[in-house]
Amino acid sequence: MSTPSGAGSDPADAATLAGRLRDGDLAAAAAVLNLLEGRGEADRERSDALQAALSPAALGREAPGAIVGITGPPGVGKSSLLSRLAGAWRADSRTVAVLAVDPSSRRSGGALLGDRARIERDAADAGLFIRSTAAGDRLGGLAPATRAAASVLAVAFDIVVVETVGVGQSETDVADLADTVAVIVQPGSGDVLQFLKSGIMEIPDVLVVTKADLGRPALRTRADLSAALRSLGSRETPVVAVSSVAPPTGIAELIEALDEHRATLDIAARRLRSRRHAALADVHAELGDRGLRALGGRRAALATLSGCDPMLDAATLARTLRERALG
Amino acid sequence: MSDRESPRLPERDRPWVMRTYAGHSDAARSNELYRRNLAKGQTGLSVAFDLPTQTGYDPDHELARGEVGKVGVSIAHRGDMKTLLDGIPLDEMNTSMTINATAAWLLSLYIVAADEHGVAPEALQGTTQNDILKEYLSRGTYAFPPGPSMRLIADMIAYTVVHVPRWNPINICSYHLQEAGATPVQEIAYAMSNAIAVLDAVRERVPAELMGQVFGRISFFVNAGVRFIEEHAKLRAMSELWDELGRDRYGVEDPRQRRFRYGVQVNSLGLTEAQPENNVYRIALEALAVTLGRSARARALQLPAWNEALGLPRPWDQQWSLRLQQILAYETDLLEYPDIFEGSHVMESLVAELADGARAEMERVAELGGAVLAVDYMKSALVESHRERWRRIESGDLTVVGMNRFDSTEPSPLTADADGGIMVVDPAVESEQRAALERWRSERDETAVREALGALAAAAADPEINIMEPSIAAARAGVTTGEWSQTLRDVFGEYRAPTGVGEASAVPSGDLSELRDEVERVSDQLGRRLKFLVGKPGLDGHSNGAEQIAVRARDAGMDVVYEGIRLTPAQIASSAAQEGVHVIGLSILSGSHAELIPSVLAALRQEGIGETPVVVGGIIPDADAAMLREQGVAAVYTPKDWDLNQMMRSIVTLVAERYGIDAAAAV
Repeated sequence: MSTPSGAGSDPADAATLAGRLRDGDLAAAAAVLNLLEGRGEADRERSDALQAALSPAALGREAPGAIVGITGPPGVGKSSLLSRLAGAWRADSRTVAVLAVDPSSRRSGGALLGDRARIERDAADAGLFIRSTAAGDRLGGLAPATRAAASVLAVAFDIVVVETVGVGQSETDVADLADTVAVIVQPGSGDVLQFLKSGIMEIPDVLVVTKADLGRPALRTRADLSAALRSLGSRETPVVAVSSVAPPTGIAELIEALDEHRATLDIAARRLRSRRHAALADVHAELGDRGLRALGGRRAALATLSGCDPMLDAATLARTLRERALG
Repeated sequence: MSDRESPRLPERDRPWVMRTYAGHSDAARSNELYRRNLAKGQTGLSVAFDLPTQTGYDPDHELARGEVGKVGVSIAHRGDMKTLLDGIPLDEMNTSMTINATAAWLLSLYIVAADEHGVAPEALQGTTQNDILKEYLSRGTYAFPPGPSMRLIADMIAYTVVHVPRWNPINICSYHLQEAGATPVQEIAYAMSNAIAVLDAVRERVPAELMGQVFGRISFFVNAGVRFIEEHAKLRAMSELWDELGRDRYGVEDPRQRRFRYGVQVNSLGLTEAQPENNVYRIALEALAVTLGRSARARALQLPAWNEALGLPRPWDQQWSLRLQQILAYETDLLEYPDIFEGSHVMESLVAELADGARAEMERVAELGGAVLAVDYMKSALVESHRERWRRIESGDLTVVGMNRFDSTEPSPLTADADGGIMVVDPAVESEQRAALERWRSERDETAVREALGALAAAAADPEINIMEPSIAAARAGVTTGEWSQTLRDVFGEYRAPTGVGEASAVPSGDLSELRDEVERVSDQLGRRLKFLVGKPGLDGHSNGAEQIAVRARDAGMDVVYEGIRLTPAQIASSAAQEGVHVIGLSILSGSHAELIPSVLAALRQEGIGETPVVVGGIIPDADAAMLREQGVAAVYTPKDWDLNQMMRSIVTLVAERYGIDAAAAV
């Protein structure tokens, strides 16, 4: 039975799509997302198959694209910054996929996905893919399909950006998923400073202060953040001030900081950790606390996963856990 | 005989300047229309420019497609401007130009054209609208980011106060805020905050001793709705606040320079498509709001036509509205008395209430760093007010006669004509204008043009140089509207304004639960939550309707990708494909649907998603709606479809049909 999966997607089969991504066919991205976002049982089977076909085991290596998490409170200028970043990456011939996640309304279940309107894009450019998704009822700021989407799009795109709204603990999910996490703040935001100092928020890989065109307030915020990082013993974390209004400033510096962070990273280790957390989060979301208890708790579940082949994809790992919990 | 003082003025007042917002097609046709209007007793000009001119694109630009000459006249260079003003006595005429992002350019063209007609800048009288903040908030014809835009405005004020001293370089518009849903308090507060942002920027560019003169040249363009008593009080409150602001913030000592001067276009928001003849009464009452009390009477008035909710008005429709002004001014005794509200306790306390509310809201904007930085805040406040207004109409709390109450009607003879009672712009205008532009470019001195553009770019990059001189030089050299704007875009960058939809609060669930259940059911069968793309193709920036649709669709439980304004058909198609949406909603109010919608359908086919249903909303005459449906549009919604929940139900049903999902048992 074919489920109508929306505009433009012939009910795609996983193997074809996996092949297209492996061949670097960026136009496959929309159909890939339609498949991954599917809610039905058949959709899950296809989604699992797609992920397995693009697992490190299948590829013989980690997906080469850089997965960058961009997160911060509403209104700090994330999408304007993203517009500039995407433009700069494209000018450098790097292909970019943006997964923009917005919160859903608790009341109606619906969502307004407004980032796209603020990102400048040439309609003819297949090298910049933007997909807006609603977080649904998941906590943690990610949509159900975001992890899977980021991991498979990193096969074909040079950069995969996961953009989420939030500050405090909600960015831990992004941190689990991304190779590099940038937290975006605007001048004068004391809450981030407090969260950092008190340890509510983990130290991000890169901190970005927007609205540098305001001058002094931005510089002061940058200085405050640097001082806080020093007091926490983290001298290396770069704090970059950017301005997205013309003439934009700090964009090249930010790209360099993101690249530098990734260059120092043990990608295989970070991705492995990410896949294990993704598998656990999916099973937890599906089976709840009872399911988690059946696995002997978080720690035991992670121990189970560390016994699995490190090159397996998150969907396969999740299946292992699910079977164990239900069995 | 009694020795009581006469209640009358010793001499009847002179009437306000009477205008009609007019212009269409090309300069020659509009010039002919202006001359006819002046012959009918109109006393000032109000130039409507088409959207490419307003947003700085030449008629041959991709984004201009379908829009050339539609909602106003196309002016691409000084030759067009000269033709537009031919035979009109510019030293006596008072010309209002609805132009904002490109105001500095159109004023330059006006100065050069006047010069060619032998009239010096010192003699020119009129107004450039030139209010960019309300473009971000409501009208959408911005071109540059806020910082550079404010600088252009400040440059124009600093220039005109010395060189074109009888010109009003800016008309702070509260008009469009009301159209976007502003309450009277918001309308006053945001307009005043906007004025403060402008004056603060100018203060840095003119010598202190000129500030009184600058203050005296700032005028306002306000709106008046059908609640005409409160609307009148609003204008008195604005006078009071303006006087206060001049005295306290800018140290203006001469009370004449602190006088609140304003022009008016009365409300279009409240005009209905249903029983459109009733709009004549609404317009008359709204005209009273701005003329009744002498101490807050409009300096200039333009009235909409009865059929604006149906399409573009014809010359006869506009004449009907001009006659209303003339009856008010010349037949009634309105102009024979001093201020008739003086001493009215009711009016006084109404004014005090509005002024207090506005002061509080102005403080809030100031706390956010002033109007420029508070654009996001103001925008979401307006979307929220508009949503609330619409909720009241839908629930019946707010009566709109002929629409949500007393809606049975006899067939109207006024709309029975073959053209449906609206004006249709000749589609050949666009290609004529393109050809004319090509001729213009081939006949001018290219070296002079390149030099002028080079000087313009250098001036744009250096905030110390006033943009007006190089702009006037460029106008003389034969530069086009698109070239002037592109040169500035290259220096200033592009800008996308906030949409304000993200923050709008949800409607009470009770009204929507059945609809939400249906959205859930259809979403489950689709395999993903029903995803809806809402956007505006073309240059029309009136996004209020599209924003309300987006918010309501979210409240109905859909995932809504809100794309905003000014999109090419290719952009819409590519977004729809990338986002994997199930249905696309397009809104157009500029009358360019006949060109743009088929282009979007073609672009969707090219993306391989031609089967995705497209619904269209806007001011679309019946005949056009039929044509669009024939071309493959799934549904056309007009102002008749004011019940948004009903519209959402219709969209969900349509999606279900398209994707082969069983109809709900009862929707």
